[in-house]
Amino acid sequence: MDPKLDLLYRLADDQLILGHRNSEWNGLGPILEEDIAFSSMAQDKLGHSLALYTLLHELGEAEPDTVAFTRNAPQFHCCQLVELPIGEYDFSLTRHFLFDHAELLRFEALATSSYEPLAQVARKLRGELKYHALHANTWMKRLGTATEEAIERMQNALNFTLPYALGIFEKTEAEAEIISSGLFIGEDELRSRWLESITKVLSQTALEVPDILALTPVAGGRYGQHTEHLQPLLDEMAEVFRLDPTADW
Amino acid sequence: MYGSASTHDLPTTAVTGLENEDPILLAEFEARIARGEKIEPGDWMPALYRKQLTRMIEQHAHSEIIGSLPEGTWITRAPGFRRKMAQMAKVQDEVGHAQLLYSAAETLGKTREQMLTDLINGKSKYSNVFNYPTPTWADSNVISWLIDAGAIVNQLANAKGSYGPYCRALDRICAEEAFHLKYGHDAVVHMATGTPIQREMMQAALNRWWPAIMTFFGPSDKMSVHTEILMRWKVKMASNDECRNQFLDMYVPKIWEIGLTLPDANLRKNEETGQWEFTEPDWEDFKRVINGDGPCNAERIAVRRAAEENGAWVRRALLTPKTQYVRPLA
Repeated sequence: MDPKLDLLYRLADDQLILGHRNSEWNGLGPILEEDIAFSSMAQDKLGHSLALYTLLHELGEAEPDTVAFTRNAPQFHCCQLVELPIGEYDFSLTRHFLFDHAELLRFEALATSSYEPLAQVARKLRGELKYHALHANTWMKRLGTATEEAIERMQNALNFTLPYALGIFEKTEAEAEIISSGLFIGEDELRSRWLESITKVLSQTALEVPDILALTPVAGGRYGQHTEHLQPLLDEMAEVFRLDPTADW
Repeated sequence: MYGSASTHDLPTTAVTGLENEDPILLAEFEARIARGEKIEPGDWMPALYRKQLTRMIEQHAHSEIIGSLPEGTWITRAPGFRRKMAQMAKVQDEVGHAQLLYSAAETLGKTREQMLTDLINGKSKYSNVFNYPTPTWADSNVISWLIDAGAIVNQLANAKGSYGPYCRALDRICAEEAFHLKYGHDAVVHMATGTPIQREMMQAALNRWWPAIMTFFGPSDKMSVHTEILMRWKVKMASNDECRNQFLDMYVPKIWEIGLTLPDANLRKNEETGQWEFTEPDWEDFKRVINGDGPCNAERIAVRRAAEENGAWVRRALLTPKTQYVRPLA
């Protein structure tokens, strides 16, 4: 695949699927303020994915609605982390923390991409992502230093989620060209920045951080290999759209 | 959305309890309201006023969070980016309204936690329309347009009431509802003027929702409990029938304009009286549903209960041993 398309699909699909998942917190949050916060972040992520699908469309791919609402799981390039069900708040918060740190650093780096249309989008999105990371940090520090119960839950969530989070940085065949053409700094560099960034926050909690690089990443998502959770999500997302794909909804 | 005739289950004994109030303070209180002044949280107020307002604002808040559920289930299925993002933003607003309203109710002395506990234990009610199902995307559009429209009629009236914190919350809520109305109308128009599948979906949804919409403002004034004192205290600002008539006046022509029909052969405006005539809603069914026996009562409360139970550990973690409930000032 063309390196630009390869990179854009990964970015856009991650944002779409996590935005969709975060929106499922409507009505279910532990406090109303968190329903509202997850909805805000979901709306941002949907907006980000739309901006990226629009870039893809400008490169000759189908319309954003068609790309988002008609593909099946094997055609998606998101990491498996984003497709997991929302679970309980400890998992959703931990996923949000681990993902959005990577996302903020990714878009900060993309702000100087050699592909100017993407650099422009990145400069706009990084401002929003800063707030997503801030939100995650606040809650990680609060719950990660609170009751025994909360610390235990957050520790379990962290242990469970980290291998999936490493899947964010799964490389594709286009990786070398992506780096050499100046499109992006590359996944290894991003991962090392991410590690530093999350460790700084986690060190202010009572949580124990394992040797993250020694963990086996849950990979495959970038190549269309997904958990059993993605296809049902896509079926639900397209349920109305597919009733009449010619219709203007 | 979503506050409706939240006061329709006010007790019939609305005038009891006043004999214990200081007559001079009561007279001053009523004179202030008659002059159009707002009552603020720290001001003297009769116990009955506090009780009725707490109940009313609390029910309105519950209607917002329970009301976010039937539309919320369509966020993940909304067709296309534009609708998906708008649906999310719209439903998020409703949860925000609940947050505002719980804060307004808290100024009267009841905590949010206690209100939510009363909700899931069935002690406290919410707008009855949310006990009906939304089996299609078009049902969600009907709520966005017409239930929100009904709520605006009701809330614009109540925003002129006497309790300061509630009025200020309603002003902010109405400003957002105005956008919801545009969103809902736009979605309904797209369906009603779209492909045959879309038109059929929309008409079916409207047929399903019309009986519930007709009960939205509560029972007919003929059957209503004595509310004279609530009107005098500007707790209740317009009668159920006044609100219903205003709603029909504003929206029936708009519904007909886009080629949809309404499932009531008797629905017409009497040009002489200016009043709408219609088949009397089934108030026995209304009572049955509001008392817990509707198609979705159990499901709605179960979702809320699960959210409260699953999130309890987070709330416990946020409390330090020294944390105490502090009543908001306004």
